[in-house]
Amino acid sequence: MSAYLRAMAAILGREALRFVTQRERFLAALVRPLVWLLVFAAGFRAALGLSITPPYQTYITYEVYIVPGLIAMIQLFNAMQSALSLVYDREMGSMRLLLTAPLPRWWLLFSKLLAGVFVSILQVYAFLAIAWIYGITFPPMGYVMALPALLASGLMLGAVGLFLASTIRQLENFAGVMNFVIFPVFFLSTALYPLWRMAESSRLLRDICAWNPFTHAVEVIRFALYLRLNIEALGWVTLTFALFLALALWGFDPARGIMNRKAH
Amino acid sequence: MAALEVADLSFRYGAKEALKGVSFRVQPGEFCALLGPNGAGKSTLFALLTRLFVARQGRISVMGRDLQADPRAALAQMGVVFQQSTLDLDLSVARNLAYFGALHGLSRREAQLRAGEVLERLDMAERAREKTRALNGGHRRRLEIARALMHRPRLLLLDEPTVGLDARARAAITAHVHDLARSDGIAVLWATHLVDEVAPEDTVLILHRGQILETGRAARIAGDRGLATHFMALTEEIA
Repeated sequence: MSAYLRAMAAILGREALRFVTQRERFLAALVRPLVWLLVFAAGFRAALGLSITPPYQTYITYEVYIVPGLIAMIQLFNAMQSALSLVYDREMGSMRLLLTAPLPRWWLLFSKLLAGVFVSILQVYAFLAIAWIYGITFPPMGYVMALPALLASGLMLGAVGLFLASTIRQLENFAGVMNFVIFPVFFLSTALYPLWRMAESSRLLRDICAWNPFTHAVEVIRFALYLRLNIEALGWVTLTFALFLALALWGFDPARGIMNRKAH
Repeated sequence: MAALEVADLSFRYGAKEALKGVSFRVQPGEFCALLGPNGAGKSTLFALLTRLFVARQGRISVMGRDLQADPRAALAQMGVVFQQSTLDLDLSVARNLAYFGALHGLSRREAQLRAGEVLERLDMAERAREKTRALNGGHRRRLEIARALMHRPRLLLLDEPTVGLDARARAAITAHVHDLARSDGIAVLWATHLVDEVAPEDTVLILHRGQILETGRAARIAGDRGLATHFMALTEEIA
């Protein structure tokens, strides 16, 4: 095995081990979407009627509609938490250690990113299992097809997080990220309501939702769960990933980056 | 060939100059103590040596490899112990070492062999299975030194490695690292503000306000008044 793959396997393995040893983190990641699914969606079902909209071929309940959005939310929280742990130095030490490995920095950062996505995917499947027990199911093959979609959406969100960690000098606390990143990104998307619903209340909001990369992440997952490929959404997700990864690598570049302000 | 060569290194944070034309060498087997009060520029120097960021002026080379031009070859020769602990407390001692070994391209079997060797070297062989959280501060530090030796570096950098440790643990770690230089021929750069960690035969670099004020054998620099008094007087005069 080459030194590259060995290092990547080690980074993934470390993250997986940390994941199984930190049960609270796992439970917290699971409780959040479950509250949305079992409480919010149940209450909202009566208020919101959904017409047939692709990829659905029949009327669906609201709980079924919001599952892909909640999956993307799990990945969004995961990405932001990784970013924050970097900003707050909790992981900065281990990051410094990682960057002294004799491998290209982009490879190390990409491996780190992939490790975070890997953990988020484990969380997503745990969530899907509980949803299944609750009676919300998808075509059996949909669970398999979702995997590449989750990889794409996870990489995109992880790259955004890595970019935030490399650029933002300080975020007041997690509430700051909630207010300025997670809430706007989540609410201005198709996670909770389809675009046509949004258009009924405001044209502008609808357009913002349509542009939001998070919407595309949600749609890639939604279509994949029904064995369909949403090329347009996947294209936007890939593009956003590439853009933010490039920005993050720039931010971690030892010659220009923000790391020097941080260490000081 | 010098294990570490720093030539005319300068660095500034915006308008504040943190390092001004710093030059020095550390030879194989040499224990070099970098003495400086808080804020002298030690951490900046370490950040540059470990390539956390790069300086616009000056040059760093490790075993003849330029850190800027050939970072991977230079980093492969370097073991680092950061001031802040970088261990995974929830993982076992052996797992911590295995992770680091893999980052440096060692196979699982090779990493396992070397983990045994480095733990033995730091008198910690019996701790391999323990959870890192169960170790006391002194042992955690020793584990970090053991880890830094996994890839058999020729240069060992330690940034205030005894901060927060009691007298006994400090003495043990200082002795261990002196022995690594003496017996294994590893070049050591040891940043500290505690003069009692320096042995008479060590090389001393006194860094103050980003500049090297004095360099030479500890015994010579100390003269009759002792290293501590000399260091205090020197950094006070300038202050």
